[in-house]
Amino acid sequence: MHEIPNTIMLTVILINFFIIGSSRLGACIQAVALQGAILALLPPLIHGFSGHTIILSSGAFLLKGIAIPWLLLRATKQIQIKRNITPRIGFVASLILGALATGGAFIFADRLPLITEHVHSLVIPTAMSTLAMGFLLLITRKKAINQVLGYLVFENGIFLFGILLAKAMPLMVEAGVLLDMLVAIFVMGIVMNHINQEFSSIDTENLCLLRE
Amino acid sequence: MILYAIVVLPILGSIIAALLPSDRLRPWLVPATSIPHFAIVLYAIAIRPPEVALGMIGLDALGALILLVVSILFVACSIYALGYLTCHESWGNRTFIVCLLLFLAAMSMAAIARHLGLLWVAVEATTLVSAPLIYYNHSRFSVEATWKYLLLCSVGIALAMLGILFVSYAGLHGNGTAELTMDKILASAATYSKPWLRAGFIFLLVGFGTKMGLAPLHTWKPDAYGEAPGMVGGLLAGGLTSVAFLAILRAVQIMGAAGEQVLCHQALMAMGVTSLLVAAIFVIQQKDIKRMLAYSSVEHMGILAIGVAVGGIATYGAMFHVLNNALTKTSLFLSAGNIHRYYGSKRRCEIMGSLAALPFSATAFLLGFLAITGSPPFGPFLSEFAVLRGIFGGGHFLLGAAFIILLVVIFIGMGSTVLPVTLGPAMEEVESEYFKETALTVISPILLLATVLFIGIYLPKPLQAMFTQAAALVEAVQ
Repeated sequence: MHEIPNTIMLTVILINFFIIGSSRLGACIQAVALQGAILALLPPLIHGFSGHTIILSSGAFLLKGIAIPWLLLRATKQIQIKRNITPRIGFVASLILGALATGGAFIFADRLPLITEHVHSLVIPTAMSTLAMGFLLLITRKKAINQVLGYLVFENGIFLFGILLAKAMPLMVEAGVLLDMLVAIFVMGIVMNHINQEFSSIDTENLCLLRE
Repeated sequence: MILYAIVVLPILGSIIAALLPSDRLRPWLVPATSIPHFAIVLYAIAIRPPEVALGMIGLDALGALILLVVSILFVACSIYALGYLTCHESWGNRTFIVCLLLFLAAMSMAAIARHLGLLWVAVEATTLVSAPLIYYNHSRFSVEATWKYLLLCSVGIALAMLGILFVSYAGLHGNGTAELTMDKILASAATYSKPWLRAGFIFLLVGFGTKMGLAPLHTWKPDAYGEAPGMVGGLLAGGLTSVAFLAILRAVQIMGAAGEQVLCHQALMAMGVTSLLVAAIFVIQQKDIKRMLAYSSVEHMGILAIGVAVGGIATYGAMFHVLNNALTKTSLFLSAGNIHRYYGSKRRCEIMGSLAALPFSATAFLLGFLAITGSPPFGPFLSEFAVLRGIFGGGHFLLGAAFIILLVVIFIGMGSTVLPVTLGPAMEEVESEYFKETALTVISPILLLATVLFIGIYLPKPLQAMFTQAAALVEAVQ
């Protein structure tokens, strides 16, 4: 019973490394989409099949796997972003930091006071390493769209942790959370478009006009 | 039923605004929504409806206070908007008005939410619908401010979500049930797992603290308030920060019920003092009047945090200060908006002596400055005095001394900008063609200020009772 979820966790971690090491934007967007889509499969696998988990799962799948990547790919076409990524720190350094963060997450999760069912589960260390990777992407990437990808990876980490507590979240609230996320990406897409119009690029290093 | 109406009414208003084809008629929808909203809010506060939807929404004294603040600000800004939106008729106002009404809906929802997940959804929604409002001026500067606001607040709010999940996990670990409605959490918080609860509180404080603009998480604030239109700045500084403060107070309530006040008060105290310090440093020699107001907002968030951290009469003072800060700050932003538009600049050196050109706005700006810095007989004097009494009453003499010194520094810092801007020698050859003071653009800042003056002289009993009840909720321990 634990094999499928554990395979999913390992895939999620591998995708984290792919995103942080890849220099191609399109591939990164697809990887984030894949990560969201396979995470969406988890609620029924962990909590068993019920109306609640099926609806949550399909909603998350539609949103994280299809709608949000579609919005992002559309934005890249509109803006005609140069498809290669230039990070603030090199890819090798990013990968090493990512590896350290993932290792740290596993060691840290071992020391956390968890309830007995979760003690040997991979969910919590994977969630933590995904959170750390999301943060790393947010900090080290220069272009607005890559920062959005970092935000999405971060959200995936939270989603993973939230699955453990799915029973406390009524469906209406979960729907609200997912809807907020969709709107967030939509609004960020619009603002990116305007940044591009004003500065002819979405490099956030241009955004330094306002300061003391 | 009535609680649903508080959220549904502005949503309906926004749908009508989206469908209405006329740019000329659409601004009237804002007062047509916000005035009935205010009436419903007053009625709801008077009758205190029971909780509905399985404890998901309800109205306690804390929520009522924030709801009242938000609703008053919206009435004031809706009248101002009628005058403001005629200035840029060619820009179109559909997005602006739809987002404005949704902003009201989201803030009202946050005020009545009794479920942490629902509270989160509402607060995140406020970020998303206020981003287009900040971008209204469509310049390089405003796009930068919008991007910073959107990204920082979204990430901050994501951290708050993590905090909510941690609190829920604390329940799962402590007594085997994961709960997210306030009533159930407060009833069983004593059995919660402490490490998870503490971690959850810190994440909630950082997350909603970003939204509230407590230093050192305030970096988006001067940019966003500086570039947003005056009325949006007012709604953010008065309304949205109060809503974020409410979210933090919910976390404080949980920590109190779990017997963990000490950590919670220390954390709030640290952020509060940092906020006062940062505000004092940046308000001196501030060249931009709206950025100056933003740092003043950081200062007042600090005062709120310190008030709650000290406890006792200071908590009462903080509740009172929520109302005072919201009304005064919004009045200041509205009059600063008028000055900004008349001179086409918000830089100190380009708007000398505005009193001659704009008698009403400049007077309101000057009096607003006196009110917000705590001069008697305005309301903020009383609430800041209550906080100060709490500080000295609790024996924190060093803190009290630092508090007074920083407030004086901020008074001098703001004064050195506000006095030349209003009273200085008038500039010649300023002929603003597209802005004249009209009744619609000056009545709101003046009425808000009159209210602050009124509650400074005579505080009505029901309001006083509301502050006392709200403070009791924040202070409640297991």
